[in-house]
Amino acid sequence: MTSPAQSPVVATDMEPVVPTADLVGRSPGQLMWRRFKRDRAGVVSAVIVVFFFLVAIAAPLISKLYGKNPTETYGLDDNGLLNQFGYPVAPNGGISGRFWFGLEPTLGRDVLTQLVYGIRTSLLIAAIATLLCVVTGVLIGVTAGYLGGRTDYFLGRFIDLLLAFPQQLSFVAFTPVVYSMFVSPEKETPTYLRVITLILVLWVLGWMGIARLLRGQVLSLREREFVEAARVTGASPWRIITKELLPNLWTPILVQTTLMLPALVTAEAGLSFIGVGIVEPTPDWGRMFANGAKYYESDITYIFFPGLAMIVFVVAFNLLGDSVRDAFDPRTKR
Amino acid sequence: MLRFLLRRTLGALVIILLISAITFFLFFALPSDPARMSCGKNCTPDALAVIHKNLGLDWPVPVQYWHYMVGIFAGRDLSVGHCPAPCFGYSFSNQQPVWGTITDRFPTTLSLTIGSAVVFLTVGVGIGMIAAAYRGTWLDKFFSSLSLIGNSLQIYFVGVIALAVLVTKLKWADNPAYYPFTDNPWKWFTGLLIPWLVLSIIFIANYSRMTRSQMIEQLSEDHVRTARAKGLSGRTVFFRYAWRGALAPIVTIFGIDLGSLFGGAIITEFTFSLHGLGRLAVDSVNQTDLPTLMAVMLVGCTAIVLANIVVDAAYAFIDPRVRLA
Repeated sequence: MTSPAQSPVVATDMEPVVPTADLVGRSPGQLMWRRFKRDRAGVVSAVIVVFFFLVAIAAPLISKLYGKNPTETYGLDDNGLLNQFGYPVAPNGGISGRFWFGLEPTLGRDVLTQLVYGIRTSLLIAAIATLLCVVTGVLIGVTAGYLGGRTDYFLGRFIDLLLAFPQQLSFVAFTPVVYSMFVSPEKETPTYLRVITLILVLWVLGWMGIARLLRGQVLSLREREFVEAARVTGASPWRIITKELLPNLWTPILVQTTLMLPALVTAEAGLSFIGVGIVEPTPDWGRMFANGAKYYESDITYIFFPGLAMIVFVVAFNLLGDSVRDAFDPRTKR
Repeated sequence: MLRFLLRRTLGALVIILLISAITFFLFFALPSDPARMSCGKNCTPDALAVIHKNLGLDWPVPVQYWHYMVGIFAGRDLSVGHCPAPCFGYSFSNQQPVWGTITDRFPTTLSLTIGSAVVFLTVGVGIGMIAAAYRGTWLDKFFSSLSLIGNSLQIYFVGVIALAVLVTKLKWADNPAYYPFTDNPWKWFTGLLIPWLVLSIIFIANYSRMTRSQMIEQLSEDHVRTARAKGLSGRTVFFRYAWRGALAPIVTIFGIDLGSLFGGAIITEFTFSLHGLGRLAVDSVNQTDLPTLMAVMLVGCTAIVLANIVVDAAYAFIDPRVRLA
């Protein structure tokens, strides 16, 4: 129990009345969980978010059960599926009992497996990048806030510098530069290197917001009595940071993480959409939009599946972020 | 005020210099040779040597950077010919001076930015104020769920749907395109209307949410209560007292958004095939046209840094409590 403000249990202990039997002490984590479970919108959005992650993880399994894979060109192999212009013969983008989400125009691949594997790629990249950003942001933010002085000044200026980079433009401009660090321009870039590059680019220009936020939080926490008490009793800086400061920082860290992940998913999809991210033949969420934009005049159905999936995903994540914040900190009501 | 502007401009110059240096070194000092990147997949050693010489790549990178920076202010002589004052070099892909291409593309980006800024500021802030005035009613709830969805929309989805519905199906508008304002204001307006609206959707969600929470916060402040106690009308309190206080944070975010939009709304330009700076950046990435890419980066970060200075100065006018030192 680090912050007295967060501990209603302590407050009841101080009352002169002898605690009755059903009064149980609960950790802040348990309290948060109880509050979260009561929030229906939060629970529903958590289920949706978990569903997306399960789909991403179980993509090969889904593909096996469904009996299709994302690379096979069903429309080219089977003559009756696509018309002479390369568009699905069946109405609504070729949706049928065989192809639940229809067929991709021109190549005739299965949309459902494309989407499932695309979510897998995008979510993998975004999740790793988010993790790296959060860890870096926490490290640098807490260091700057706790040490203060010259360290804080230089880290602050460094953050200012990185924030002055136009973010979208830098993602686009630096991605090929990083590719060329790994392979010479004459050769094709292997897919795993593209994935690593995207993670790297999203990471380097993504951690500053959370670092700045945590720096501010630490700056005010550092002056609080419980930190001073720990310092007076001779606690090491490491102990103060991990045992006194970090438990008070979980709320902003978790909220920022739930905000950052969908933002990075859409950023990664945006890069693939304009053609600097993941390229054929690896399935990717964002590249499906690029295809959809190519075919919309004749087959609008195709873009709806990745599009609606992404809206549901981002809405669920945003709602989840709000619920997590409310559960951790009941004082902030929407 | 003057001292503030001077100090901030100096700081901005330092930042721009640093960013240009970092970008330049990343582009031109990597293990891979920029000449080879510009040479393409079928490159002969002779062609490579020519490119090397033409680009001045036989100098060490810091000297190249120096030449580059001097070229921006004083122009420089390249083997292709003399390149006048704002010289950002010659494009690898079309052998034209980069600065010409930039000035050519900038009006598109400028029109796109200004138009959508007008839309999302008026609509977004307006919705936020209505929601704050009718807090807790169905109207407020309606707007906040709307902004939740708007916040989750993606330009590369909504833009395509808008094209499919408004242009292909209903034929209410032509395909979006840029026509210079000076040639034909009406065509300029209709050509950019769909991109403006689509680009605004995401911002509107953000601005309405921010305005609402700022207004609600301001309405509970002491000076607003005092104004009410004095017997001022609800309208005066709302618009003159609360709104003025809510304005400052909105202006801050607006400045940042505007700055990054001037660097090119890449995805919007790509979706609607508008040839602004963002599209230029994507094209030069695909053609590994490093000089053009470098110039777009510089323009983009200059816009962001300038926007920050303007915002801080504007702050002092809006909020009299802020003193510039």
